[in-house]
Amino acid sequence: MAVSVDEAVSTGPARHRTPPARRLGGRGRSVLEVALLTVLAVVMLFPVLWMIETSIKENRDVYAIPAEFFGFTVTMDHFKDVFVAPGGGRSDLSVAFLNSAVVAGASTLLATVLGVPAAWAYSRFAVKAKKDQLFFILSTRFMPPVVVVIPIFLMYRQVGLIDSKLGLILIYTAFNVPFTIWMMKGFVDEVPAEYEDAAMLDGYTRLQAFRRFTLPLLVPGIAATAVFALIFSWNEFVFAIFLTSSDSVRTAPPAIAGLIGGTTTDWGLVAAASVVFALPVLIFAYLVRKHLVAGVTLGAVRR
Amino acid sequence: MASATPPAPGRSRRLSDRGLAVAFVSPALLLLLAMSVFPLLWALYLSFTDYSATRGGPARFVGFGNYTAILTSAQVHQRALTTLIYVVGAVTLQTVLGFAIAYLISRRTHGRGLLTTLFLVPMMLSPVVVGLFWRFMLDAQFGVINSILGSLGLGPVEWLTRQRTALISLIVVDTWQWTPFIMLIALAGLTAVPKYLYEAASIDRASEWFRFRTITLPLVWPLLLIAVLFRAIEAFRLFDLVYILTNGGPGVSTETLSFHVYKVAFLGFNTGTASAYGILMVLVVIVLTQLYLRYLNKLKEG
Repeated sequence: MAVSVDEAVSTGPARHRTPPARRLGGRGRSVLEVALLTVLAVVMLFPVLWMIETSIKENRDVYAIPAEFFGFTVTMDHFKDVFVAPGGGRSDLSVAFLNSAVVAGASTLLATVLGVPAAWAYSRFAVKAKKDQLFFILSTRFMPPVVVVIPIFLMYRQVGLIDSKLGLILIYTAFNVPFTIWMMKGFVDEVPAEYEDAAMLDGYTRLQAFRRFTLPLLVPGIAATAVFALIFSWNEFVFAIFLTSSDSVRTAPPAIAGLIGGTTTDWGLVAAASVVFALPVLIFAYLVRKHLVAGVTLGAVRR
Repeated sequence: MASATPPAPGRSRRLSDRGLAVAFVSPALLLLLAMSVFPLLWALYLSFTDYSATRGGPARFVGFGNYTAILTSAQVHQRALTTLIYVVGAVTLQTVLGFAIAYLISRRTHGRGLLTTLFLVPMMLSPVVVGLFWRFMLDAQFGVINSILGSLGLGPVEWLTRQRTALISLIVVDTWQWTPFIMLIALAGLTAVPKYLYEAASIDRASEWFRFRTITLPLVWPLLLIAVLFRAIEAFRLFDLVYILTNGGPGVSTETLSFHVYKVAFLGFNTGTASAYGILMVLVVIVLTQLYLRYLNKLKEG
């Protein structure tokens, strides 16, 4: 009682504050919340940390029972093995990383070139059955990959696209175009159509108005969309494993998956390869963190 | 100036607009027709035949034979049940967890951005990396999970080699990877709730729970529902994680519909049957997608 009076007297403007008892309760609750968040964060991040830790452990520490959390010898051998073949020269994994870069890069570029103009057209013009078309476009993205891969496999076998990078690039482009259109349509919708109208009053054609006035405003959106497309193709596994077989064509996901199987698995190498493989994705994801909500829902939901 | 312009150029401009629209839209649509619709139509055709990709030879028409075989197969019913348990289990878990994390983060004023970014890491990783890594951590002998359980005084669990725990493991790993997704969407909803609603409620001396139930939840719910539907579609068509983590086993305990289609198509080479199976799965996805879009439209209007 005395304490609360004292406090009320000593701090004049504190009348609006909550009474001490409740404030303490609020702080207790806050501490609890922070503790809960910390525990959840540790649980969510532990596998990633464990992967990084395993990638720099020597083999005997990797298989130590009980698991060693600290005090192991740090080695970079696994990372060396990711890039350098045992006898010297380039390893299969490094070839796979290169293939991944080529396939993901080319398919992203193609999807952007095809998707951005289409998104602009859908946003600006009264296209026939627009809603149905957009639904159709989105639904192709939701097809179970393992179902689509059956006829694609037969089709590719027929035209000789099996086990070729071009085949993967084409399927990934088809995979990314719906995403690009849905995501970019949102970005185009945000640019007022009046800009183009004004430009056309000044004598520019519709296409010139798009290229000179709207397109520059879309650049950040295009960059974000392209990064998402890049991540999708970089991480894709199902088409990659069924449509390619040779080491010279295979992308990184099936190559990394190929490290297990057989009698023993070099988990240190798996961990190092996974770290190398995940690093670009994490950097890219960080770059587009503002657009994550739109990106992960195919641009359908914006924040 | 404007009145001096004859009507004819206006009309031609509209025409060229249409031409431009067609020119811009058709390449994308053509690609989708070639890479999605055509294969799907081919699958539809094959689904009525007994074609096998390895045997070759002409495809014999069998009518709805493949469909009735699948729909009456006890095996397929078993796989459907596994898929249902997996989808419902994983999506429920990640929704509860994801919403809880989002709620906790939304109550913080400091470090919100950093926390969000950290929590998002699992979602960005490739299913291959995720599957492999959990396989390593769940190893019965040297896996770190059993090591931790051991130091807590609990016995080792054969995570991936026992029927029931394998399905649980699959649910746990999927939850680990996709809880961030629900969290992200829920967080977007939570931060969009207007502050004045809470202020008005606190003037009315509404309890914390009352505020949560009458303000927070109704406003976040539509967005959360979209996230749940999206996850359900994704979980239903999941293949890669199963392939890497358990390869459908032990036995067939983690064989989802997607994985079973793969086995019928690429191990059994019953291309016709697999195609029919696939078409049925596509129908389920189309229904789910319709629901997804319906809620999305409702959200956009509301």
